[in-house]
Amino acid sequence: MNIVVCVKQVPDTWAEKKLSDSDKTVDREGVEGVMNELDEYAVEEALRIKEASGGEVTVLTMGPEKAVETIRKALSMGADQAVHLVDSGLHGSDALTTSYALAKALETIPHDLVILGVESTDARMSVIPAMLAERTGAAQLTFARKVEVGDGTVKIERQTDTGYDVVEAATPAIVSVVEKINEPRYPSFKGIMAAKKKPLTTLTLGDAGIESEKVGLAGSGSSVAEFSARPPKQAGQVVKDEGDGGSKLAEFLASQKLV
Amino acid sequence: MPVDRVLPTPESRELLALVTDLARNELAPKASAFEERQEFPRDLVRTVGQIGMLGLTYDEEYGGGAQPYEVYLQALEELAWGWGAVALAVSVHTMSCYPLATFGTAEQKQRWLPDMLGGDLLGAYCLSESGSGSDAGSLQTKAHRDGDQYVLNGTKAWVTHGGVADYYVTFCRTSDDAKRGISTLLVPADTAGLHPQPPERKMGLLASPTASILLDNAKVDADRLLGDEGSGLKMALSALDNGRLGIAAVATGIAQAALDAAVEWVKERKQFGVPVAEFQGVSFMLADMATGIEAARSTYLAAARRRDLGQPFGPQASMSKLLATDTAMKVTTDAVQLFGGYGYTTEYPVERYMREVKVMQIFEGTNQIQRMVIGRHLTR
Ligand SMILES: Cc1cc2nc3c(=O)[nH]c(=O)nc-3n(C[C@H](O)[C@H](O)[C@H](O)COP(=O)(O)OP(=O)(O)OC[C@H]3O[C@@H](n4cnc5c(N)ncnc54)[C@H](O)[C@@H]3O)c2cc1C
Repeated sequence: MNIVVCVKQVPDTWAEKKLSDSDKTVDREGVEGVMNELDEYAVEEALRIKEASGGEVTVLTMGPEKAVETIRKALSMGADQAVHLVDSGLHGSDALTTSYALAKALETIPHDLVILGVESTDARMSVIPAMLAERTGAAQLTFARKVEVGDGTVKIERQTDTGYDVVEAATPAIVSVVEKINEPRYPSFKGIMAAKKKPLTTLTLGDAGIESEKVGLAGSGSSVAEFSARPPKQAGQVVKDEGDGGSKLAEFLASQKLV
Repeated sequence: MPVDRVLPTPESRELLALVTDLARNELAPKASAFEERQEFPRDLVRTVGQIGMLGLTYDEEYGGGAQPYEVYLQALEELAWGWGAVALAVSVHTMSCYPLATFGTAEQKQRWLPDMLGGDLLGAYCLSESGSGSDAGSLQTKAHRDGDQYVLNGTKAWVTHGGVADYYVTFCRTSDDAKRGISTLLVPADTAGLHPQPPERKMGLLASPTASILLDNAKVDADRLLGDEGSGLKMALSALDNGRLGIAAVATGIAQAALDAAVEWVKERKQFGVPVAEFQGVSFMLADMATGIEAARSTYLAAARRRDLGQPFGPQASMSKLLATDTAMKVTTDAVQLFGGYGYTTEYPVERYMREVKVMQIFEGTNQIQRMVIGRHLTR
């Protein structure tokens, strides 16, 4: 089974995230970039499927030049090759246009299965897997906490608030995974060395047949109208328990409209 | 913030990033609890092995990473930042591979080395005995040849990984010749007659088991002799030159962890209405700690670069071990001081760091022995 894993480079989880003043997009230059954490689980799941039943794992990343660091990490974990969709025309793409661009890039890679993390830690929209399924016509199997592949089929346990659903579909399918699914491996030093020799294809808009007016800031249907810095932390309110601590807490929570 | 390092290649930078990530996210959070339970973290050492740390410096031909000591030692330092016992495991294991990798025949290496470097196996290095410490040449454990086997009798003491190792590189007496009486055998852990004793009850490095190994008519195939009969002491001492660089890096990593913890603490802790970091008496202590660590790191790296270039490095290895461990002792003691009473409790890791580095002034040649080596080199 040939698998594509979509992997995104995001600003380091612990770094203070900023929007740039000029075009109100996430500032990716000034901060350390890391592989989106949930994508590590997606890579791990793809590698496990490959190790159990063969096939190839291709990493697909859309992002600036710098995102190649994240591609290399996925390759050093054990993915076979990578495709990097990189073009200044993509800058500022929203979720809908990103899914269009990724769907076009997917057309250039033969595959049976696409695996993604359920969301990225920077935008946290959690919609790309569903949008990709819609655009490619592949089955949508999201929020997987367990994946089993059969002959031309994929079965998942779909995490729900109360338990899980079992969902099965024929390939091609788009699977998004939750962090419960596995424990991602560390790359090995040998993996780091091997990654240097693995094929990495870069695609521009033209290479992937992406119409430039449908992507980027201008092509996006949604835009950031304005933003402001998070207000500084207010001093907390200390509730002294003089026998009525519980009701004082409840009062406070009610006043903040939290209960 | 991880140490800003000078590294020779892009892949060594990636390796260091990987090891730093592992040390900070897998090792450091678990260290205190394992140390308290005196439990050896076998699975974590395996994870460290799987990323390639247990064979990093050896030939690619046998599954090693072919990395220079300059890189290996800095990776080891990062592991020690996270957890001294795990870094020590890597250093001792690496030393245990040295006699086979350096003095073994091609056939012996093909047979055993790939497994030893692969990350799953763990080795031990058995030189010391209860009556023979600094004077390693006086060891008494005997091995006599019986057909195509050696029969071992005696007790090796202070064996790091005693009871958990997969094999024991054992130095033993094959003749009474004062100069050429000691030989090296690669002894599998499941050898009949090899009995690990209960671990020592120690002051620190509690997660790293140290035990005596009783050898009672333990029979080992003669083809497990490494190098020639009688070449054991030379082999033991040259392995130790490498091991001492490892200990220097481990001590430096723990000292760095102590400094980092102290810096964080003094910026938060307020007395007289201000963070104590604002007192010059405190910041001068930090400055001295940081300067000592930088000197220790520079010294072990200078020795490592000599080794990587194929130049003699024995005295420099001794200087590295001496300087790094004495510095680490001072730095960790000062870190406890800067934490005040809190530093004396097990709530914070600094008292543990202090207990851990104490032994580094003792093992792999006490610091008196290091001075002796350096002094002899000067006056020979
Ligand atoms: C936790 C731990 C782990 C260890 N792991 C291992 C291991 O894996 N493998 C192994 O083989 N050994 C190991 N050892 C043993 C260690 O290497 C010895 O303890 C060390 O070499 C010192 O020997 P000793 O304890 O017999 O001290 P001694 O040699 O008895 O020394 C006692 C004191 O005398 C001083 N002294 C001795 N000779 C001289 C001299 N000529 N000039 C000046 N001063 C001198 C010493 O510096 C020391 O202060 C370990 C020890 C410990 C505590």
